[in-house]
Amino acid sequence: MSDMIQITIDGREIEAQPSQTILEAAQNKGVYIPRLCYMKGLIPHGSCRICTVMVNGRPQSACTTPVAPGQVVENNTDKLMALRKNIIEMLFVEGNHYCMYCEKSGNCELQALAYRFGIAAPKYPYLFPQRDVDASHRDVLIDRNRCILCGRCVRSSRDVDGKHVFEFVGRGPEKRVAINAEAKLSDTNLEVRDAAVEACPVGAILKKRVGYAVPVGQRMYDHEPIGSDVEAGAAK
Amino acid sequence: MSENLGAAVREICQACGNNRVRMMDIVRAVQAKFGCVCGEAMDLIAKEVKAHRVEVQSVVSFYSFLSDRPKGKIVIRLCNDVIDQMHGADRVEQAFCEELGIRVGETTADGRITLEHAPCIGMCDQAPAALVNDVVVTQLSADGARELSRELKQHMTPQKLVRTYGDGNNAHELIRAMVHNNLRGPGPIIFGPINRAEALSKALSMSPAEVIRAVKTSRLRGRGGAGFPTGMKWEFTRGAKGERRCVICNADEGEPGTFKDRVILTERPDRVLAGMTIAGYAIGADEGILYLRGEYAYLRPFLEDVLQKRRQDGLLGNNILGKGFDFDIRIQMGAGAYICGEETALISSCEGLRGDPKNRPPFPAQKGYLERPTVVNNVETLCAVTKILEHGPGAFAEHGTSGSSGTKLLSVSGDCSRPGVYEVEFGMSLRDVLRLVGADDAAAVQVGGPSGQMVGPADYDRKIEYDDLATGGSVMVFGPQRNVVEVVDKFLEFFVEESCGYCTPCRVGNVLLKERIEHILAGKGEPTDLEYLQELGETVKTMSRCGLGQTSANPVLTTLKNFRGAYEQLIPGPSNGFQPTFDLAAAVGDAEAVIGRKSEHAHA
Amino acid sequence: MANNGKPKLATTSLAGCFGCHMSILDIDDRILKLVELIEFDKSPVDDIKEFTGQCAIGLLEGGCCNEENVEILRKFRRHCDILISLGDCAIMGGIPAMRNNIPLQECYAEAYLNGPSVYNPAGQIPNDPELPLLLNRVYPCHEVVKIDYHLPGCPPPADTIWEALVALLSDKPVDLPYELVKYD
Repeated sequence: MSDMIQITIDGREIEAQPSQTILEAAQNKGVYIPRLCYMKGLIPHGSCRICTVMVNGRPQSACTTPVAPGQVVENNTDKLMALRKNIIEMLFVEGNHYCMYCEKSGNCELQALAYRFGIAAPKYPYLFPQRDVDASHRDVLIDRNRCILCGRCVRSSRDVDGKHVFEFVGRGPEKRVAINAEAKLSDTNLEVRDAAVEACPVGAILKKRVGYAVPVGQRMYDHEPIGSDVEAGAAK
Repeated sequence: MSENLGAAVREICQACGNNRVRMMDIVRAVQAKFGCVCGEAMDLIAKEVKAHRVEVQSVVSFYSFLSDRPKGKIVIRLCNDVIDQMHGADRVEQAFCEELGIRVGETTADGRITLEHAPCIGMCDQAPAALVNDVVVTQLSADGARELSRELKQHMTPQKLVRTYGDGNNAHELIRAMVHNNLRGPGPIIFGPINRAEALSKALSMSPAEVIRAVKTSRLRGRGGAGFPTGMKWEFTRGAKGERRCVICNADEGEPGTFKDRVILTERPDRVLAGMTIAGYAIGADEGILYLRGEYAYLRPFLEDVLQKRRQDGLLGNNILGKGFDFDIRIQMGAGAYICGEETALISSCEGLRGDPKNRPPFPAQKGYLERPTVVNNVETLCAVTKILEHGPGAFAEHGTSGSSGTKLLSVSGDCSRPGVYEVEFGMSLRDVLRLVGADDAAAVQVGGPSGQMVGPADYDRKIEYDDLATGGSVMVFGPQRNVVEVVDKFLEFFVEESCGYCTPCRVGNVLLKERIEHILAGKGEPTDLEYLQELGETVKTMSRCGLGQTSANPVLTTLKNFRGAYEQLIPGPSNGFQPTFDLAAAVGDAEAVIGRKSEHAHA
Repeated sequence: MANNGKPKLATTSLAGCFGCHMSILDIDDRILKLVELIEFDKSPVDDIKEFTGQCAIGLLEGGCCNEENVEILRKFRRHCDILISLGDCAIMGGIPAMRNNIPLQECYAEAYLNGPSVYNPAGQIPNDPELPLLLNRVYPCHEVVKIDYHLPGCPPPADTIWEALVALLSDKPVDLPYELVKYD
């Protein structure tokens, strides 16, 4: 245990393993740091920026920043919560998020974060971008209207499935997830059991024929905010 | 055709050792030969270098000089940055369009000539300018553009457009460019006389630790803008674990209004390459990469020749100056992406990837190019190193101020009578700079390019130094006739275009900033917009992942602070409960056209 | 104000499906309490067509898809102290906004000429002045006028509407519990 590192998060002393990131160390001790592009088991991406915390006064993504002795981390401050809320609102106006008919509704991490942050409507104008849907695959569809460019499918396919079905193309506002084929998802070697299919936090990559299986009221985030499970861990 | 493509792609890949790290060179070569990197070419490249097709597509789609659809044999890239526009780029553009019979973004019907926009191509001191393939044409007029188009259609040889050569090495047989140096104020450090071997020879007679100590003693800080102490950076890199180490020279100056590195590379390439070699010796590297922005491809043959001569003279390669130090330098060409000036994005690009910045930590000094400890230094920084070795750190530190030793090159453009490159002592006041460049009636000055700050007369006594008006070199002058909010809009257009799109705040936030600025410019703003812009700007600045997003809101934030009146003038007043941004007449326009009747509501 | 001193409530359905109005009715017997608190003014609930005076609260269902929606929405802004966007269509355009990525010409053609169930031998797009012209896209209400509160949902649950109205009518902050703010 002598290898353990001490850091503080919002004034609370937390013991961490040297190999951990701030997000992991916090999570272990029941401190939830909101996040979207982070997924356990994948190389951290640091792209959504929702997990931004102040590390010794400087903004850093908690999912990519390793713990260091004596680190002073701010997480649950009014300022950071306001900034994170803005980022979540940006994601809502950037894509076409029609929650009312989305199969992922109730189990969607973006939506759940918006609930947790108490967002009734984004303050930014909707951009209504032109995006496409590829339903060519027998078992899986990709609806880019809902894609938030978190790269979880890209990383899962590359690092877990060993396939590289997905990759980012374009840049800036034109950036999108492309597939490893000339035209259609059905031309790739994607299979419905691939980790990449499961990895999507929103309704951009969906399995066919299993939508709406869980009734409203029994879905993941119908009753408890996202992150409650982490925080419940602290209470125990 | 397909067979041709297959053979050519194979040959190109083989010339690059079928090494996917050389992806930039491969796709650039395919683009040059076939006018695009089509899907078939992507498949072929992927097969040769053992990558996935979508990885090739990922790279091709990132850089603006690369394309998956065919472009003309000649691509005219008209610079449309704010300075070029102030000098009539719009009229030039119109002339090109009329003469070629196409709009920007299109290719002539015969498939021969494509017209595009380019962000700053590093010629603001001789604007409006354009690239015709790799050939630079400067000081364009509408008539000039018409004549140029007509000529080009006849001979299809961009180099023939260059009738007179610029000064200095611009007339060198390997450059032959009409570019002028506009070196108005050569100073003691960068543009002093050079002995090609002196600094290097002195360095090699010292231990690497002594070289680093000398650089630390000189208090040299990075000249790209961030100002990290160079000696400390070298020390970290030398101390990091790794079998091999690497030195990268960042010659990707893309900050609008910056062109000083262009002049250094033209007139003092030996200083740059000597500086790289010294850095390599100091940190224990065997490889150096000069990352040259795609816009400066016209300098490449010249620089390759300088490299070759240095190898011949024992200043590069194996056993340099007989001191047993092995080090060589390759040139990595960029392909039109401002973000690659960010050091970790630049490393990604050198590795044959899209120019996404990397997560930090690890820092390049720990894990950089191919995970090797890597130093990335600016062109000007490396030049300063040679001077420190030649005359000692003490002599160097006598220039400038205590926090900012040495001199700084400024690239001055805009509303001034003597635009060009100036080497000034750190600590010079902005007022003195403006006097020097002939800008006595400057109403606003953008110091440090779009990512820097816009200051007004109240700040003219501030000083050019790291702790005050820090700048990578760009100084853009705006006279009283300019609308600073329009300038801000142009800067945001640049950042939207050049964001890599990796992180949310930069990818979306800049689009939203621009949206609101446009409304204000259209007279549809309201007082609460200023607060909205402030909060949005701070979100982008605080939450973005790399230097681009952390500074892209600066034009908005610094003008809100220093030029609030310019916004207030454009804003009519509080709204009556209706959104001023909603325009019913415009919103029913499409329906009126389809249905063939005017809206009674909209035109009541 | 109303002659009996009660604040007035107006409601309307713009580009919506009346689902949010169904949800208003879903407050069940609480509607009796509601009419003790307020008086309905312009609303499909009482079928009053025009405003009779200034209202305390306006409930807006649906976004703006045509010029008439804009006209009505602006009337609501003029006549209501507080405007509430009720439901996802008012807040972000909702299902009607799915056409926002399709050129208007194609929308008209699909609706009147080429749609699978269309019988239109004359091949004409109707041009009766009674038919409002469509906007180039569907606009959320807050992009046309200032909106004071947003109650998301498709539709927002009756409890959400009830809680919000009671809070506003008793000058309390609208602070709804987690379970009452949902987007579906």
